[in-house]
Amino acid sequence: MFFTSYSFIIFLSIIFLLYYLIPKRLQWPLLLIASYIFYGFAGIKYFTYIVLTTISTYIVGLKIGNLYKEESKYLKENKGILSRVELKEYRTTSKSIRWKWLLFCMLLNFGILGVTKYTNFTISNINFILAKLGSGRQLGFLDIALPMGISFYTFKSMGYIIDVYRGKYEPERNIFKFALFVSFFPQIIQGPISRFDDLSETLFKEHNFDIKNFNDGMIRILWGFFKKLVIADRILVGVNTIIRNPDTYQGAFVFIGMLFYAYQLYADFTGGIDITIGISQVLGIKIKENFDRPYFSKNIAEYWRRWHITMGTWFKDYLFYPISVYKPMLNFSKYARRTFGDSIGKRLPVYISSIIVWFTTGIWHGASWNFIMWGLTNCFVILVSQELTPFYNWFHSKFNVKDKFLFRSFQVVRTILLMSAIRLFDCYRDVPMTFRMFGSMFTNFNVSDLFNGSLLNLGLSFADYIVLLIGLVILTTVSLIQRKGSVRDRLYKKPAILRYSVYYVLIVSIIVFGAYGVGYDSSQFIYNQF
Amino acid sequence: MEDLLEILEDLHPDIDFETHEALIDQQVLDSFDIVTLIAEIDSVFDVTIPAEEIIPENFNSAKALYKLIERLSDY
Repeated sequence: MFFTSYSFIIFLSIIFLLYYLIPKRLQWPLLLIASYIFYGFAGIKYFTYIVLTTISTYIVGLKIGNLYKEESKYLKENKGILSRVELKEYRTTSKSIRWKWLLFCMLLNFGILGVTKYTNFTISNINFILAKLGSGRQLGFLDIALPMGISFYTFKSMGYIIDVYRGKYEPERNIFKFALFVSFFPQIIQGPISRFDDLSETLFKEHNFDIKNFNDGMIRILWGFFKKLVIADRILVGVNTIIRNPDTYQGAFVFIGMLFYAYQLYADFTGGIDITIGISQVLGIKIKENFDRPYFSKNIAEYWRRWHITMGTWFKDYLFYPISVYKPMLNFSKYARRTFGDSIGKRLPVYISSIIVWFTTGIWHGASWNFIMWGLTNCFVILVSQELTPFYNWFHSKFNVKDKFLFRSFQVVRTILLMSAIRLFDCYRDVPMTFRMFGSMFTNFNVSDLFNGSLLNLGLSFADYIVLLIGLVILTTVSLIQRKGSVRDRLYKKPAILRYSVYYVLIVSIIVFGAYGVGYDSSQFIYNQF
Repeated sequence: MEDLLEILEDLHPDIDFETHEALIDQQVLDSFDIVTLIAEIDSVFDVTIPAEEIIPENFNSAKALYKLIERLSDY
């Protein structure tokens, strides 16, 4: 059941209605039932996975939480009685028991993710090696389907268990509440990857109907539909024509294709998140934002702080920092400093951790070398710009352009082009093909391709281009207004006639310009497949 | 405290770490700085800051960071 399907709209209307009609104490149980029904539409066979993750994380969470409580109590009672060495010894032993439970839970759940997502990728790599070695033997692929949302709910659950291990908060004692946290339907498909302490604040509360929340949420949902149906699904046709016919569309078309894809991905992913946050808002539930106008970033590192924020902070908090400050890594850093000097020794932990994190980020997005290369290229660009910091500092000390509009615009355009180019890995079928198409932009770029009418052969009519252009102007204007605060709050202050005209135009444009007709593929959200 | 200020100034010579109270909130220190800082603290103070202690409250000012080092060295 896609967010953009009629059945989902009916499903959602029923949930909204029931949510505010039933006794408030039944609101969160209703959401749990709704989430499981929503999940059931993807296929009953997937229940095993999400239920296993829920139960295992819940039980281990309780176990670790109890151990942490006992440890804190013991340390408090024996402070001043036992020596520092004895206390330290107790703390180390206790922590190592908690760590074993954590490790068990992570191995089990990342194991499920690994088996369902990466088995066939591993087999294809083994087959490749076997073929290279001249062996006639090839392994058969397994028939494993990827359970819906597994990457997202596994990350949510593992974030929870690590936080409990760290003593950030107590474990949830009600298994049904925990099950709702894991399966909450608006965010199961493509996130955001919420943290338990953030989401649980409003998820389990009793909510009165609030007209402002309702209006805010509904406008946000409509805005998401507009991005998805009017823009993303429309431009998808052009993107597919270019990337599925690499022999025909090279050079200038690759350039156009990469810009189209940047536009599509933004509209698709942020549109989906708008719908998620909008639904939650109608229900009175607060979800952290996942984007902060990322296409206005001045460099890639900043872009990654503003795009898919909850994934970036997940990797930072639960992978980057733990690896970087792991004692053997710090010892290695000391060794490297002694051996290679201060400058290299200081960088090594950061660089090694960055490579591991970006490799993982890549493979999290998809089981293919394309995504691994995509991740590592991001890492490469970030590390190179880190290395160039002295040069940037020198440049800015010589030329006073840092805060000039033109220079900032140059930085923004450069970041968009760089990110779009890296995303070519996401588009083409394999890594060599991606390099070939990237190269063709420099060796086979015919400006005339852009003006000889070929762009009208990509499956997009002149009217489609006009709609896409107007969409781009609207998206950019909204982003610019957002710098000064909420667009909706500004809209509420306008006269009713203007306000309702905007709503009306938004609804009509979704109905009239939404890409549903013949030749259009009412597609899944791109992040659904991750 | 002086050793810590020296480490911080090495990272960003242009910042007054004695008075700055929002090093994380205002993005003066990024994740690369934090990891470099932790490696330096490990080396100079022989104190390992675990990942769970990497929260804004502990890194927003030199004072807060020094308090953290003191607390962890008591462990």
